[in-house]
Amino acid sequence: MRPRQIPLGRGACRRLARGLPGLAAALWLAGPGLADPAAPQRVVSINLCTDQLALMLAAPGQLRALTRLAQDPESSVMAARARSYRINHGRAEEVYLEKPDLVLAGRYTASATVTMLRGLGIRVETFAPAESFAELRASILRMGALLGREAEAARIERRFAENLARLQRPSRGAPPVAATWAAHGYMAGSASLTGEIITAAGFRPLARLIGHGAGGFMPLEALVMADPDLVILSRADPAPAHSEAVLDHPALTALTGRAAVMQDRDWICGLPAVLDAVDRLAANRPDGARE
Amino acid sequence: MTPARLYTLLGILVAGLFLAALLTGVAAVDPVTALRALMTGGEGPVGIVMREIRLPRALLAAMVGACLGLSGAALQGLLRNPMAEPGVIGISAAAGLGAVLALQTGLAAAYAFALPAAALVGALAGVGAILFLAGAGGGTLALILAGIALSALCSAATALVLNLSPNPFAAQDIVFWMMGSLADVSFTHVLLAAPLMALGAFLLWRTGPGLEALTLGEEAAASMGVNLARLRLSVVLGTAAAVGAATAVAGTVGFVGLVVPHVLRPLVNAHPSRLLPAAALGGAGLVLAADIAVRLVLPGQDLKIGVLLALVGAPVFLHLIWRMRGAA
Repeated sequence: MRPRQIPLGRGACRRLARGLPGLAAALWLAGPGLADPAAPQRVVSINLCTDQLALMLAAPGQLRALTRLAQDPESSVMAARARSYRINHGRAEEVYLEKPDLVLAGRYTASATVTMLRGLGIRVETFAPAESFAELRASILRMGALLGREAEAARIERRFAENLARLQRPSRGAPPVAATWAAHGYMAGSASLTGEIITAAGFRPLARLIGHGAGGFMPLEALVMADPDLVILSRADPAPAHSEAVLDHPALTALTGRAAVMQDRDWICGLPAVLDAVDRLAANRPDGARE
Repeated sequence: MTPARLYTLLGILVAGLFLAALLTGVAAVDPVTALRALMTGGEGPVGIVMREIRLPRALLAAMVGACLGLSGAALQGLLRNPMAEPGVIGISAAAGLGAVLALQTGLAAAYAFALPAAALVGALAGVGAILFLAGAGGGTLALILAGIALSALCSAATALVLNLSPNPFAAQDIVFWMMGSLADVSFTHVLLAAPLMALGAFLLWRTGPGLEALTLGEEAAASMGVNLARLRLSVVLGTAAAVGAATAVAGTVGFVGLVVPHVLRPLVNAHPSRLLPAAALGGAGLVLAADIAVRLVLPGQDLKIGVLLALVGAPVFLHLIWRMRGAA
């Protein structure tokens, strides 16, 4: 018996559009507007997550270049909007040639590039990956402050908090158990944005039950023995990789619980779009508490 | 020791290791429950662990080991050189390149059988290149040098193809294709590899008498009625099929075809025809043992099987080089 696979895309988008009209409106209305004249005018982002945060908040013309990944619909939820921007590959020399007055980077990526750019006298602001809804909201506000778009940021942040509160429903009895599983058998930690998304969708993360707060590798045998109510197969990309072949193992389909598929773009970055992931996961609750 | 007794002992060894492999894993299941779940399907997840995870892994370990042991023994018989081994002389690397190309071009996704078939084509090109460069009966030095060059070329091409992939995990696959692993294989892999492995084993199995005659030299063998061209073709095709199928599902598992014939050759009085079945059994045993060891050394992590086999195999290789120096 094949477990129900939750398709990406239109169904989920429709549900999102129906359930959260304000979110979509907030995303799209944020673009135009007047920029603070004191705010940076030549902003370059060299990280997929800062790309998307900046896209959501920047005034027209404020953002100069994004990473190639931001334009890739497999990696980015804002690929269509990113298409009109120039791209960079996160290398110091091409970023320098853009003559940026602000560079946005991830905290753990490209540290050599960041060091070099700072050495050249360029202002670089780094964003740590959001590990919780609170950090996600804080990073929206911080990006707004950096770009001189505080009002828009506050509006989006408030809307996100309202929509999140609306999505969270108490579950009857003990919540079902959900496990994430990715390439090499990696299981995201419970003390992470992924863990909060799973919890918000009305599940208990298996990672919390077995003490994987920070995430770690879960052998296939151990996952099968844990027999969770939902296995969330987390894929990077449809291109084949042996590391991800384990996600197709027949033992997973022999489990009694359901299986859902998430792509990295759905939840690796702390963006309001993670509410879509919450909504889709909640649809897999065996108690049907969502509808 | 008579051949029959040797085969029996090796058979018992393989059976014991196969059982041990079935009882090794991160899930703590007592042997009685585990075997009962294996037989009856059991209730709940234990049956899935035994039937869908451990059984195909143990089967594939034995099949890969048998193929590699057999290929090593046959190649050594044909080239009359104890250093000829699929991993050492680059045939596994060539097979791996074929498999990676099939995966990355999407051919393997469209036709599942394209994966082992492409690995076979890669292995065939590898064997062909080695025979062309080092020649049948060519010197050991030429063989090893040709092998190093072929390995380096194929590994570099594999790394290039994987680095070009848009999938961020593809680059990490380089380790798998160079070191091999049986972690999380399923019956899909067993069924994918089995037909070509059977073909390869059948072709190699029948080369025993020819290889036996060849120990007396090519002219003597020809005068005894051995068709040398056909013998060579059988070894080449058999090795390509066996190594290609093994590499397609388990990556490059090196040194098996070197260590096993080296250990067993004295026990069969250096008769190639007796070495072939012994090396098949010994190879199955060695890979089963190595796959048990990787799970005991680092439970729950995918320690590559090639790491352990290189730790065992490289000293044997050095020993062979040392002995060759002494002879020279």
